[in-house]
Amino acid sequence: MNIHEYQAKSLFQTFGVPVPQGAPARSVAEFDTALATLPEGPTMVKSQIHAGGRGKGTFTDGYKGGVKFCKTKADAREIAGKMLGNTLVTAQTGPAGRKVQTVYFTVASDIKKEYYLAILLDRASSRPVIVASTEGGVEIEKVAHETPDRIHKVQVDPAYGLADFQVRELVFKLGFNPAESKNAARLIRSLYQMFWESDASMIEVNPLITTPDDRVLALDAKVSFDDNALYRHPEIVALRDLNEEDSKEIEASKFGLSYIALDGNIACLVNGAGLAMSTMDIIKHFGGNPANFLDVGGGASKDQVVAAFKIILGDPNVKGIFVNIFGGIMDCNVIASGIVEAVREVGMTLPLVVRLEGNNVAAGKATLAQSGLALVSGDTMADAAQKIVKLVA
Amino acid sequence: MAILVTPQSRILVQGITGDFGGRHARLSIDYGTLVVAGVTPGKGGQFFEHAGQKVPIFNSVADAARETGATVSAIFVPPPFAGDAILEGVAAGLDLAVAITEGIPVKDMIRVKRAMQGSRTRLVGPNCPGVVTPGTGANSHGGCRIGIAPGYIHKKGRVGVVSRSGTLTYEAVFQLTSKGIGQSTCVGIGGDPVNGTSHLDVVRLFNEDPETVGIIMIGEIGGSAEVEAARWIKENCRKPVAGFIAGATAPAGRRMGHAGAVIGGAEDTAAAKIAVFQECGIEVATTPSDMADALIRAAQRSGVTLS
Repeated sequence: MNIHEYQAKSLFQTFGVPVPQGAPARSVAEFDTALATLPEGPTMVKSQIHAGGRGKGTFTDGYKGGVKFCKTKADAREIAGKMLGNTLVTAQTGPAGRKVQTVYFTVASDIKKEYYLAILLDRASSRPVIVASTEGGVEIEKVAHETPDRIHKVQVDPAYGLADFQVRELVFKLGFNPAESKNAARLIRSLYQMFWESDASMIEVNPLITTPDDRVLALDAKVSFDDNALYRHPEIVALRDLNEEDSKEIEASKFGLSYIALDGNIACLVNGAGLAMSTMDIIKHFGGNPANFLDVGGGASKDQVVAAFKIILGDPNVKGIFVNIFGGIMDCNVIASGIVEAVREVGMTLPLVVRLEGNNVAAGKATLAQSGLALVSGDTMADAAQKIVKLVA
Repeated sequence: MAILVTPQSRILVQGITGDFGGRHARLSIDYGTLVVAGVTPGKGGQFFEHAGQKVPIFNSVADAARETGATVSAIFVPPPFAGDAILEGVAAGLDLAVAITEGIPVKDMIRVKRAMQGSRTRLVGPNCPGVVTPGTGANSHGGCRIGIAPGYIHKKGRVGVVSRSGTLTYEAVFQLTSKGIGQSTCVGIGGDPVNGTSHLDVVRLFNEDPETVGIIMIGEIGGSAEVEAARWIKENCRKPVAGFIAGATAPAGRRMGHAGAVIGGAEDTAAAKIAVFQECGIEVATTPSDMADALIRAAQRSGVTLS
């Protein structure tokens, strides 16, 4: 689960991670109350959406920049009016962009130097890792590729936690002066505590900055949490913003379906995540374009298939459907009956190719054949994929 | 032989009185697997009855292991308690704990994995279909089935299968069996970012297992476990290996069903992993329908008979 920058910074403060003073506003009416909490002077206005690249983004009305520096609070108020309710397109949002429903005002900090700091899971060692660099404010992948020696990593032993010597080492490597070092060490320890205690899956601060008076501040904040651990963090669940999520994905999750929208025209309905991914891949392999990822789980009950068809058909791009079920434990005939009932209930008329395999598959195929529905049966995944690609072309 | 488990392995089921654990305990008993104990705290002394068998239920894994000689556990405990269930198996000194549970918090698994260091227990999973060593009976009956895989699609034989995905494992096994090629052991290592046993761990076991003559390795986007295994294979593996990576069309940054199936950078994409497979001499299946055929091609090149 992702949260907004202003929410992340509020959590930062709870854990003692210093951030520039700021206040969010969800409506024009809130602009003045938010700005009243900040001192007069240079102010940043930041569009709050769950996507990176905001500064370089463009709004759909042509206004450029989702993050702006303003010399005065009055200017900030005016600029915020251009952002709020407007739709911001960035490199990460896709062409549709995201509607800005909250703007965040912060004091514009004097920057001495920018750094990069992140905490995430190192999968290879199964341990948390702190990643830091003297090259802040730029894409870290680029730094990792071009100047890998400027990236420093600290693996944390979960049995002991983050050790002081590790923090010292990192701070020395980043070259902070003595006054900055003390502040940076405190910030790193606090940020790690937040990562661990809140079950975060990633915290990224880019940039982390030093100021002329040797303070160290998190100028930006990107935080995501482990979905599996949300059950023990109601305070984080409360930060969820459904406006930032695809409505079809939310609907799907209510039925225990895992759905992700893509931009093709062949919808897939599959049991199992690995099989669902490879169903998308095989459509592409034979020249088609998948419209979605959809995993109905191990069971593929009739109700789930009905819900899945409805979600799929909510995508206007869809021109055909590929149902791919490996009925391991489930009886394929039960699944076939469910598919037939679901097609009738939804009144589906698009081309439909069904590939069933597994337990009692002959009876399942017979049920499909005798249904009177205009569906096509595929034998293997490759056979079925070729058929649906041809039908949609 | 086989790897990890044989038809003689004695299995206990943690969470045997739950719907999910009970259903699959029954299917394992039907398959001929030696399910010798169940563990549900508070229900010790009761029995789990199925097909004329009375499986004793114990309050703890230690009791179950001591009383029945069970050395392997299948864990069907709900996510908030699953980490604890794994550690209970470790403390009882089991050889193998297979965690089927999906949805365990990553932090719990980080702690569990650290706590397991130096222990004698191997963990497979979590979020996995389990382990199957097929038997010699009809539809591979008489084998050892731990977890949720359909037993009947297997056939006793000499190909090892390792995968992060359940249904893709079944797909591969089904293709092999349909072509008359049996399996030594099939291992689902699970779709979570922190798991007990890696592709490389399983490939090493297959390489050392005299019964296994070829390997299918199935992976997906996210992490670098497949790459690590492929590089080891290039240097050390004497057996033909076919590979498949799911998620070539997955968008970056999105979790594709499995908690661990997410593209974080250029190196954990399907394209990058496939390139490493090819560089390491692994025969890459062009589509998921091609997995068994890819292994057949690799075996022919090495002059190995698979069936």
